[in-house]
Amino acid sequence: MRAALFAPCFVDQLAPGVAIAAVQLLERLGVEVALPGGAACCGQPPANAGDARSGDAALRLLVETFAPFTHTIVLSGSCTTHVRQHAAQVARLGGPVAQRTYEFCEFLHDVIGLDRLRALAASDTRCVAVHIGCHALRGLQLATPSERMLPAMDKVRAVLGTVRGLSFAPLQRPDECCGFGGSFSVGEPAVSARMGRDRLDDIGASGADAVVSTDVSCMLHLSAIGRAAGRTLPMLHVAQLLATASGIGGA
Amino acid sequence: MTASSTASRTLPILDAHGAVDHAAGAERFTADVDRTTWHDGALWFVREKRDRGAASVPEWERLRDLASAIKSHTLSRLDEYLERFERRATARGIQVHWARDGAEHNEIVLGILAARGARRLVKSKSMLTEECGLNAHLERHGIEVVDTDLGERIVQLRNEPPSHIVMPAIHLKKEEIGATFHEKLGTPAGLADPDALTAAARRHLRERFLGADAAMTGVNFAIAETGGVVVITNEGNADLGTALAPVYIASMGIEKLIPRAADLGVFLRLLARSATGQASSVYASHVHGPRPGQAMHVVLVDNGRSTQLGRGDFWGSLKCIRCAACLNTCPVYRRSGGYSYGSTIPGPIGSVLTPGLDVRKYAALPFASTLCGSCSAVCPVKVDLDQQLYRWRQLVMAAGGAPPLKRWWLRAMGGVLADPALLQLAGRVARGMLRVLPPRLARRLAGGWGTGRALPEPPRGSFRDWVRANRPGRS
Ligand code: SF4
Repeated sequence: MRAALFAPCFVDQLAPGVAIAAVQLLERLGVEVALPGGAACCGQPPANAGDARSGDAALRLLVETFAPFTHTIVLSGSCTTHVRQHAAQVARLGGPVAQRTYEFCEFLHDVIGLDRLRALAASDTRCVAVHIGCHALRGLQLATPSERMLPAMDKVRAVLGTVRGLSFAPLQRPDECCGFGGSFSVGEPAVSARMGRDRLDDIGASGADAVVSTDVSCMLHLSAIGRAAGRTLPMLHVAQLLATASGIGGA
Repeated sequence: MTASSTASRTLPILDAHGAVDHAAGAERFTADVDRTTWHDGALWFVREKRDRGAASVPEWERLRDLASAIKSHTLSRLDEYLERFERRATARGIQVHWARDGAEHNEIVLGILAARGARRLVKSKSMLTEECGLNAHLERHGIEVVDTDLGERIVQLRNEPPSHIVMPAIHLKKEEIGATFHEKLGTPAGLADPDALTAAARRHLRERFLGADAAMTGVNFAIAETGGVVVITNEGNADLGTALAPVYIASMGIEKLIPRAADLGVFLRLLARSATGQASSVYASHVHGPRPGQAMHVVLVDNGRSTQLGRGDFWGSLKCIRCAACLNTCPVYRRSGGYSYGSTIPGPIGSVLTPGLDVRKYAALPFASTLCGSCSAVCPVKVDLDQQLYRWRQLVMAAGGAPPLKRWWLRAMGGVLADPALLQLAGRVARGMLRVLPPRLARRLAGGWGTGRALPEPPRGSFRDWVRANRPGRS
């Protein structure tokens, strides 16, 4: 099958390794990965900060860029949520593109399927703490958040569960926000940093060997706080964990 | 604690234009690391109790749908239901008053008390009177007002506003409460045992109940069909007040209405569990008219609610039943305390209600959130709080509620983000700077990001660079 990959601006610039791992993993899964130039951002940063209009041009460009594809994989839960919720308002094809947009884990779970993932024969014996970004959790409903009294469901752990030997560290507050929140991290640095430290404390107390996340933005925030405090716990995007566990690599 | 240090801790921090600076208030709060840890933990404890309470109801999510639908329906024809309520209440001997704003509300209450020569008022459960600034108004006119909920009494004795809408004294440790009681109620110095403190408060309040000329309560639900009101408490103090005093005044925001008595059960099941995790509140007092010889008044208060009802994006906030679940779950509220919001109602619900009153003064509140969405997921009446916070951000900016520099910066950012070539260039420059600048200077330049965080370790090239080199023709 053919699918287009969108690496959001900050992944492109600050965490290219995540996007490279995603491309290589998808290729191993038999996906023909299109990497169209053009769109570089979904426009969420200014929109979140209160200026959706200034972000609209970027979102419009994204819609145009990905309109020809039946599947667009977005390497960020937060950006996927922004596209889903706001694309229809800015461009003629925004609605259809939004419907054909998948967050990375969502794509693996819903489109590729767990059986094909198992065929990767990935294995990793670490015990990982899973941090699902808030937008991925509640906006995209990748998992049942702890507030909702719905049947337990977790696409991220289901995807990771295909890795032989991998175990999950139980957190005291399984889906507490890490405190990044885009412009929040700059506008409210005291609370943002405190939230990040608390999240790291919870993860640290769980005995996890590494953190695995759906969102590079949360990872950048958490690792920045960890490094400032002299603590380094490996942080991996789901794509990176799956890729290394499958023996894929060589960027 | 001296009066001035109390004031400096409880007053919101305002910027040069008199607008609430939430980030500064939050910074003040988090500077006390231990108190922040403890505040966060106390509220998280309640949130977990709420989770267990909600999980014990198999139809929880259907109840939420139902409650939301009942409230939406009521709000869609609020005028009809209010009139029906007034007719039924009047027929039951309740005197109904209408107040456009807080000042009118206060005048009405004062008028009722003055007509009866009442000088001592006991009050229970009312964030609305807090919103209207009633206590100060009555005290200026020589009336003694005693808040009778334990938490409200504590903050009243300390001259502080509530910091939470259900647990008004949640910001205080038991030792601080003991010190306040020692000073004001004469309990032994150093007494910090919650049971002993509660007993002391009870003795003190009993005298006030017995000596009251009038009683006042808020209203949790008013029933249009029956013309009665329902007040929920855990301490029974609302009942004590209303049962003893010759005059009873109930104050309610106009959004507190539900159509039928049969709807009440839906809300009662949700409210207690959402608020404290209890299966049910200890007291749900139904008042459907004055006792013989008593005068009963209901004051229906608008104070900006009809304006909010007319706002297409925000009317849903009036579904709120003030359970405070959104405060307890909010990771920002838990770590910034109620006073940082500078509004009577703090937390997520306060941040969508208060900008409607004064968009410039409260411009910061919609930004006091990571938009994690936990508030919306926990809300028993399904107020889409995070969506409303997002939409308020847009309106705040459009109303000029941000400094010109920020507006310019966001427009410039929008331009760069929409121009892939420019973004690549900016990224290359930024990565280069991260590599060559001394970390201290780079952190300084990064502003808020540099607080408590190291800057990212810059990769050699961008993903686009990799694509060009390794997957040519795919882009
Ligand atoms: S908005 Fe919802 S969660 Fe928050 S206080 Fe109101 S009813 Fe409770």
